[in-house]
Amino acid sequence: MIPEIGHFALILALLLAIAQAFFGLAGAARGQVAWMQAARSAVAGQAVFIALAFGALTSAFIRKDFSVLYVATNSNSELPIFYRIAAVWGAHEGSLLLWALCLSGWTLAVTALSTSLQAAFRSRVIGILGLISIGFLLFMLTTSNPFERLVPAAVEGRDLNPLLQDFALTIHPPILYLGYVGFSVAFAFACATLIEGRLDSTWARWTRPWTIAAWIFLTVGISLGSWWAYYELGWGGWWFWDPVENASFMPWLAGTALIHSLAVTEKRGLFKSWTLLLAVSAFSLSLLGTFLVRSGVLVSVHAFATDPARGLFILGFLTCVIGGALLLYAWRAPRLKSAAGFELAARESFLLFNNAFLVAALGLILLGTLYPLFMDALNLGKISVGPPYFNMVFMVPMLPLLLLLGIGMHATWKRSHLQPLRNRLIGIAAVALVIALVAGAAVYGHIRPMATLGFALAFWVMGSSLMIPLSRLRARQALPGAVLGMSIAHFGAGLVTLGITGVQSFKIEQDVALAVGEATTIAGYDFRLAALRQVQGPNFVGVEADVLISSDGKTITTLHPQKRLYNSGGNPMTEAGIEVGAARDLFVALGEDLGQGRWSLRLQYKPLIRYIWLGALLIALGGGIAGLDRRYRRVKAGETAMDAATEPSR
Amino acid sequence: MTPRRKRLFAVIAILVGVSAGVTLFLLASRENLLYFYSPTQILAGEAPRDRAFRIGGLVTTGSLKRTDGTLEIRFVVTDNRESVPVRYTGLLPDLFSEGKGVIARGRLAESGEFIADEVLAKHDENYMPPEVAASLHMPTPARKTE
Repeated sequence: MIPEIGHFALILALLLAIAQAFFGLAGAARGQVAWMQAARSAVAGQAVFIALAFGALTSAFIRKDFSVLYVATNSNSELPIFYRIAAVWGAHEGSLLLWALCLSGWTLAVTALSTSLQAAFRSRVIGILGLISIGFLLFMLTTSNPFERLVPAAVEGRDLNPLLQDFALTIHPPILYLGYVGFSVAFAFACATLIEGRLDSTWARWTRPWTIAAWIFLTVGISLGSWWAYYELGWGGWWFWDPVENASFMPWLAGTALIHSLAVTEKRGLFKSWTLLLAVSAFSLSLLGTFLVRSGVLVSVHAFATDPARGLFILGFLTCVIGGALLLYAWRAPRLKSAAGFELAARESFLLFNNAFLVAALGLILLGTLYPLFMDALNLGKISVGPPYFNMVFMVPMLPLLLLLGIGMHATWKRSHLQPLRNRLIGIAAVALVIALVAGAAVYGHIRPMATLGFALAFWVMGSSLMIPLSRLRARQALPGAVLGMSIAHFGAGLVTLGITGVQSFKIEQDVALAVGEATTIAGYDFRLAALRQVQGPNFVGVEADVLISSDGKTITTLHPQKRLYNSGGNPMTEAGIEVGAARDLFVALGEDLGQGRWSLRLQYKPLIRYIWLGALLIALGGGIAGLDRRYRRVKAGETAMDAATEPSR
Repeated sequence: MTPRRKRLFAVIAILVGVSAGVTLFLLASRENLLYFYSPTQILAGEAPRDRAFRIGGLVTTGSLKRTDGTLEIRFVVTDNRESVPVRYTGLLPDLFSEGKGVIARGRLAESGEFIADEVLAKHDENYMPPEVAASLHMPTPARKTE
């Protein structure tokens, strides 16, 4: 009964989404206050029914209702309750429901917090969000219904993919989705602006906190995914340039470009149409990502064959959203003129280059991701684009970006005042280069050009980021959230650079065969296979190894990598043993029994890898501090007063 | 900066970006585009001898052999029509097993053996790489009547 209630709630939510879209857009066009009010009520109603549907599916998982196909496919009676709840979004149908839930959450937030916006504009935003919601609910109801019954009911479920039975991965999808879907707000703001044909700085000030919020979720979500891949997949890699990863990374790049471009639009009224295009792109790439990943189209067009209806719907929906938004853009954007000028060394120029490099990297990654698809569609052979391609096309635009970042942070709007800072910046650059050379030679024993360049840029960005808050504190000047946030986020970008350079330049990976009692040495660490034993978990059995790690005769730690065999069947799973450190990680994965008492082990030395995720968290934290800047709240208060004053005239 | 110079500036920035992008793409893609060949194509001589590519198919049941106590592994990849022996040294991914789909990256040796540098893992054991699915020669009812 409960699954049917969930299904019915979804249908009602769809009807309300249609009402929301129609009354939102038509009400604004015709100036009907009652219609706009109806659109807002539909938002609340839709949120209630989607939450109800989500609750119904969750309850089916908790009650182990294997008469629901989706539950039977992705759960098991032995699965702990925590993972049974997480299994709700463990596969295609449920993750779409989570998507819809996130979307209705964002829509609700926008509706509740945008009271100070002009009524017609607000109504258009709500209407556009309604259109997106229609697409998703229709997709779910016609091709991917999570409440489909299984007749007769299964006695036992097939279990959640064991790789997904992990803490980071249970919270990874919701956070990532909040980011993906959050860009829909910037998208709706951009479309509403294009419909109205005018854009002022209030618009940018309004869009910025929403965009930053979505971008923070995306940043954290991607970092969690990378961290999970590192410790759970058993390979010790933190980024693979897999199409699925690219699908989440491309909206992030577009979003990063967007928040920087929004700064220029807000402060100087420039880059208006470019900012709008980025807002449209960020969400379009999110849509592309979510759908292509879930339908499997990205790997090859052949995945269409598995469910032609699903693929066709996706193509149609993408065409409508992206094509519609771009058409609107082509039609209306020329009206939005940017009037002001700026000097070459002004902050605007640096932000222009920031955008150029980010979008260049984005474009090349998109090309590499979709290239195999085109080649296959044109029957030019089946190819895959390897990580070296992506490494190169990402790294090359990032090097000048980081170099300019260190200067651009100090540039002022409109006119350049960099002259007084010149000596100090040169000083930071020199110190960064010296540290990079010394660190390369002293810590890792040799100097490599690329590693030196990476380290130097990392220290350069970190030093330059610290300069602003330090000099302001020393001069006892105020440190607004926007400035502090920017410094922290950019310091984080430096840390990420440091981590990536360290791990990519100096990592050591080795597969070895060891018997109990045998040892091997990598990077000055002795790894001894001390013991092997059987272990028993709640829903798996496995083998655990004791790997004793020592350096210069001093014991550092004992790691316990495992090889697990889940009771639900299927292949063995690797649980790596990791010794975490500020300077390096030591990583041990247990392979398999090789015969003659020997086991295969993968040993890895990963210098500075922690700074990749630490830096990413700082980037998100900086974004949060900047997004909470008093300026945005003050504007809202000011506007409300203004709106109230002009209310009678409407 | 005047609006006109600003526009010029933007155009130059875009031109530099685009040409750098194209150069990068050409440079990076030459060595990094890996073609995929099925065992039938390899035995027909279609696969290159001088550069790396990817092979895919099913791991023949019973073909997995290891030299005891070492990391050396041999197995046979088939598309249900032809087969190619593969040699690999290292840890196999968790989702590798006989009778299941596999993709390996490496080079073809003179002996006709494929020397793999990497054997690819997929996140889901029931997932069949689409290239592999397309290249398999599945016995279909139509073929039975032949």
